[in-house]
Amino acid sequence: MTGTMTTAQMIFGRLTWDSFPWHEPIIVATFAAVVLGGAAVVAALTWFKLWGYLWKEWFTSVDHKKIGIMYMVLGLVMFLRGFADAVMMRLQQALAFNGSEGYLNAHHYDQVFTAHGVIMIFFVAMPFITGLMNYIVPLQIGARDVSFPFLNNFSFWMTTGGAVLVMCSLFLGEFAQTGWLAYPPLSGIAYSPATGVDYYIWALQVAGVGTTLSGINLIATIVKMRAPGMSLMKMPVFTWTSLCANILIVASFPILTATLVLLSLDRYVGTAFFTNDFGGNPMMYVNLIWIWGHPEVYILILPLFGVFSEVTSTFSGKRLFGYTSMVYATCCIMVLSYLVWLHHFFTMGSGASVNSFFGITTMIISIPTGAKLFNWLFTMYRGKIRFELPMMWTVAFMLTFTIGGMTGVLLAVPPADFVLHNSLFLIAHFHNVIIGGVLFGLFAAINYWWPKAFGFKLNVFWGKVSFWCWQVGFWMAFTPLYILGLMGVTRRMRVFDDPSIHIWFVVAAVGAAIVAAGIGAMLVQFAVSIWKRDELKVEGDPWDGRTLEWATSSPPPEYNFAFTPVVYDTDTWADMKRNNYQRPLSGYQAIHMPSSTGAGVILAGLATVCGFALIWYMWWLAGLSFVGLIAVAIGHTFNYKRDFYIPQDVVTRTEEERTRTIAAVGA
Amino acid sequence: MSHPSSPKWTRLFCWSTPILALPLTACDWVVMNPSGDIAVQQRDLILISTALMLLIVVPVMAMVVWFAWRYRAANKAVDKEYDPDWDHSTKLELLIWSAPLLIIICLGALTWVSTHKLDPYRPLDRIDAKTAIDPKVKPLKVEVVALDWKWLFIYPELGIATVNELAVPTNVPVRFDITASTVMNSFYIPELAGQIYAMPGMKTQLHAVANKAVGGVGFSANYSGAGFSHMRFGYHALDQAGFDAWVAKVKAGGSNLDRNAYLTLAKPTEKAPVAYYSTVEPKLFDAVVNLCPKPGQRCMGELMRINMMGGAGKESARETEGLKYDFPGSHVIDQTERNKGVQTAPDAPGAENDHSSHSGADAHAQHR
Repeated sequence: MTGTMTTAQMIFGRLTWDSFPWHEPIIVATFAAVVLGGAAVVAALTWFKLWGYLWKEWFTSVDHKKIGIMYMVLGLVMFLRGFADAVMMRLQQALAFNGSEGYLNAHHYDQVFTAHGVIMIFFVAMPFITGLMNYIVPLQIGARDVSFPFLNNFSFWMTTGGAVLVMCSLFLGEFAQTGWLAYPPLSGIAYSPATGVDYYIWALQVAGVGTTLSGINLIATIVKMRAPGMSLMKMPVFTWTSLCANILIVASFPILTATLVLLSLDRYVGTAFFTNDFGGNPMMYVNLIWIWGHPEVYILILPLFGVFSEVTSTFSGKRLFGYTSMVYATCCIMVLSYLVWLHHFFTMGSGASVNSFFGITTMIISIPTGAKLFNWLFTMYRGKIRFELPMMWTVAFMLTFTIGGMTGVLLAVPPADFVLHNSLFLIAHFHNVIIGGVLFGLFAAINYWWPKAFGFKLNVFWGKVSFWCWQVGFWMAFTPLYILGLMGVTRRMRVFDDPSIHIWFVVAAVGAAIVAAGIGAMLVQFAVSIWKRDELKVEGDPWDGRTLEWATSSPPPEYNFAFTPVVYDTDTWADMKRNNYQRPLSGYQAIHMPSSTGAGVILAGLATVCGFALIWYMWWLAGLSFVGLIAVAIGHTFNYKRDFYIPQDVVTRTEEERTRTIAAVGA
Repeated sequence: MSHPSSPKWTRLFCWSTPILALPLTACDWVVMNPSGDIAVQQRDLILISTALMLLIVVPVMAMVVWFAWRYRAANKAVDKEYDPDWDHSTKLELLIWSAPLLIIICLGALTWVSTHKLDPYRPLDRIDAKTAIDPKVKPLKVEVVALDWKWLFIYPELGIATVNELAVPTNVPVRFDITASTVMNSFYIPELAGQIYAMPGMKTQLHAVANKAVGGVGFSANYSGAGFSHMRFGYHALDQAGFDAWVAKVKAGGSNLDRNAYLTLAKPTEKAPVAYYSTVEPKLFDAVVNLCPKPGQRCMGELMRINMMGGAGKESARETEGLKYDFPGSHVIDQTERNKGVQTAPDAPGAENDHSSHSGADAHAQHR
């Protein structure tokens, strides 16, 4: 990069004709499929004249419900990408035996496992839980929207911008080949000079802004916008766990941002924070990234603990057992999650006392987690359990997660970790808790709240097919990994020489195929349910729910509640039903609402362009888009058309319509 | 380590374990059936901790299934038990917090003791469960350098070095000093002892002892780049006579490992063949740890000493040339091979073979 620059380099930076991976047939084929599929979608949207509708009703919307759904769509799309990566890995590892190199070279395979981890955590799990919290929390606390509706829209588009950058790396340049946490020195410019790590950095930085802002937004919403009467200890448990998760987000994501800033300074301007020479300290990076990374896993799981609480209580037809201890357990986990990060690198040579400290703090987390499990258990006790899909996922979670928790505590014993660290046992463990906890929780949540969001239930048959495929597939895919870990097989291997372990990888690959069938069945479930939505139609409260979101119609009107509810009990809606709540049929008033704005899309678009320009060293474009970003942000502050009133007659019409639906469908 | 008498039974056990989910020592699972005392103790700890946790996990899982079945809505027999408002019981609350607490207290105590006892930095106090160590015996010292993508073992007391082959005598304590040349790796021999990271510019330590004459593999347990999968070495625990013979074989091997030979060796290569060095430049390992293997470089240790004494004055601040180790464009260890791999990596397996055989040839030329 010395000497004079050509004009092309000035304009395009590092981007050249060779940056397209022409020579990788798999990627070229994928690219062709994406281009054709993308063109078909664009053509269809244009043909049906949907662009205006999408822009006006969705992209620029500040309605927390629509943003929540967009987050879920983003999560689902990225889930398919992340799962495709998983299948590629399973296939490679099942093939690369007896001297075979498999079908992926190191350059490609190493990107695949890095992308799988990054995508599944940042662009699948995070959008899913953020979407869920976005949709449900305001409804559960009886609010009309979140505290900062524009910020919410902006956060979503920033997350999407990060996802766009990751997807770009598939076809332009390369993604990081460092593992999902990009430990230096490997991720430093000295050993990863190409664009991969820069894609990683800027995708996470752009998305990280969105995540942090949405965390702030939801904390403010939960703290300030609860319906009258809803004291903290009357909040639904899902709202509680969301509050704790968002506090974790706000407290930990800045650490990630700062760490990545330091790494990018190393890579871009030649500082030496994490380098080998000049006094840099790579282990500092490892500490910092895990000080974010460990709370991150609790950010993912806590909201789902809330989901399981809601589902268990609803489908057992009982109040949640031990509400108070559930809340305290959640808060305990929230605090403890900051005191355990070193357990991710016991093997880096810390002293025995340091290792024991972090091992024991890790085990202590299992106490509140265990208490939660018992609470769900005693919620089922003396209940009347209806085994609808959400409850099935919940019971599956209880069984799966217990095993995952146990192997996790085992890994927290430092001398045991010395033999299991980075092994496939570890891989099996965290998939056991993330799939068994986060993903099963999401599936419970999707089946539970889908009728709320769309006004019709999901098809049960295909839901059950998906459920059983997942159960069988999950255990078939990950039990072999536990065993391989005990055989001393380490993670991120591309080829193997020991033929005796081949069979286990084949079993795991079959398991992955069954999981694929489960995902397929779920997509069919969505399609069939949308197809037959009239048969599956429901009114506001299809499950005999207990919390406020079930008090309004399904889907809820733009303003959520015509009258702000008043809360007397934790299970507000159950309490209202018991006291023969009568829905008011008159006295509607105009409702004050926030206005849509395109500023979020434009700002996030500029941020993404800026990230892209920095990745490819197109300095002029980076500067220009950054200035543009600031200008649009300032410009947006002069936008005074921020709110409007839904006129009284519109509210009246909407509510009267609901009255008719209730009469037709039954409440 | 008792083996069931019939091999048929053993095989049946191994295959049924996924169902039983019980690690059995009889199977060929090296982590569950190692031959070094440290690894054996680590295995025992896994078994004890798992048993402790099963004390609570099994009842919980059984209760989940039992409650889910018993309190299903269709079961009219328990209708009269239905109590929608029952949501608190102080006794139960005490139980659900204290039962896990008790288990964790036990496990925590076990953790504290075993972590200290099995600290890789701690010199051994026993050869195996029955034999205490003779305090006069000095451990055999082995210096380990994780290179891209192969392992260098220096035996400073014997004055020899090997690539991708490690031999240790049985029932003699071994002390490994471990570092890496460029990026993080993890030094792991499942037969012998748990792993510890190998990190550039840093030195980690591992004490271990082999109790049985066995052959096995060691490898990097931390991903370190394109050649990571092949970063494996042969591990041979030999009885004293066998070890002496092995040392003699290495000494007969020929070449000398000096700094220049090290710099060539350290260049990224995949599938590097085993190589022997009959002599080694003294203090080479220290130079590697201090990031100054190239003659003329300034060593980190020296610099730290100067810094501790208050620095070396303003004029030294600009003398950074001798400090550069992996500055982009001026790598002490040539990285062209690594970066070339990044630029041209076709997916076709044939082309990939070309690439590795090319680097294999390189490695060959370097060593012989």
